[in-house]
Amino acid sequence: MSNEGSLSPESVLSQLKSNNITHVVWLPDSETNWLYLLMKNEPSIELVPVSREGQAFSVAAGLATGGKKPVILIQNTGLLESGDSLRGWGIGLKTPVVMMIGYRGWTRHGKNAFHDVAKFTEPFLIAMGINYYLVENDGDIDRITYAFEEADENKKPVAVLVGDEYSSWN
Amino acid sequence: MNIPVGINRILIIIKGKKMIDTLEMLKIFKNHRGNSVVIPGRGGKHWVTLTDNQSRDVPLGDPAMGGHASYAFGLALAIPNETVVLFDSEGDLLMNTGALATIADLAPKNFYHFLLDNECYATTGGQPVPNAQKVDYTGLAKSMGYGSTYFIDNLEDFDQKIAEILNQEGPVFIHLKINPEIENVPINQRVRWQNRTWDQVLSDIKSELSVK
Repeated sequence: MSNEGSLSPESVLSQLKSNNITHVVWLPDSETNWLYLLMKNEPSIELVPVSREGQAFSVAAGLATGGKKPVILIQNTGLLESGDSLRGWGIGLKTPVVMMIGYRGWTRHGKNAFHDVAKFTEPFLIAMGINYYLVENDGDIDRITYAFEEADENKKPVAVLVGDEYSSWN
Repeated sequence: MNIPVGINRILIIIKGKKMIDTLEMLKIFKNHRGNSVVIPGRGGKHWVTLTDNQSRDVPLGDPAMGGHASYAFGLALAIPNETVVLFDSEGDLLMNTGALATIADLAPKNFYHFLLDNECYATTGGQPVPNAQKVDYTGLAKSMGYGSTYFIDNLEDFDQKIAEILNQEGPVFIHLKINPEIENVPINQRVRWQNRTWDQVLSDIKSELSVK
């Protein structure tokens, strides 16, 4: 727990590596560049860029069918767009995937008014029956592993909400 | 002319066109299938009656429309030493044309992307897809970065070219103009063509590929 005040991309990458992630299926948002640069130089992980978030769930389902272990990295705005894909390719096919979701609009003090997507994010996940973990700083980082363990055990997608809107990434 | 939406309209649209019968096309493909993993997409209802290697088929039907290309691509990435063949449809692809850019970007050499283009949403009654007769899917795939593309609108050409297609390095995109097989029977009266559940399909292919 190097720094409980912020979430570092190194900590996130470490979690992905320790959970034997093979592919990161992702669509970046404006503050993920530091994580991107780290992942790009990590030989054990292949980056799979998509152009709309719903594609991430079908790509992940295909990877999982072939024995790989993907993680999905998207923003909560894209999550809302992905509803049917999450239903069919994620939940329907019992794809054991963790989706790390940038929690745009979230602050530790409540849902921030600067972006209204925050108020829809958790109700959306609850409606879809998706369990989720909130990660706001390096002190929460082990929750990423909990999410991977839960996805594997229950054979379904699990979400990690990355609630560190203003620091290293997201 | 006031053309009613549905089968009559579609029959008028295709009148005079020479297009491919999906069942006959798949019969020819079967002779060239080899040991490939086949995702039959909306050709599944015919493929399940033809296949002689069911454990290497992934007939999922339609988990969520628009995702077949990305699913098959993901599978191809995961199993680079296996040939992966997808029978996509134009209605699906139009929902996620951006998938072509991702596929062309990572360019799996083992991926063969057939597009069944019947110019309509056949399972909902035959309504035309947007700009049904004018979309150049081969041009689209090529401009997205596929190195090899084909346009085929008759069975004779398919028969002649299929070996060449499958003997080259992927990803290859093959636009097939097919006859629409329109379903107007109410959903709850249709006979399911799937002979395995999703769980069974995935369990079988994972076992075949020796993956968990």
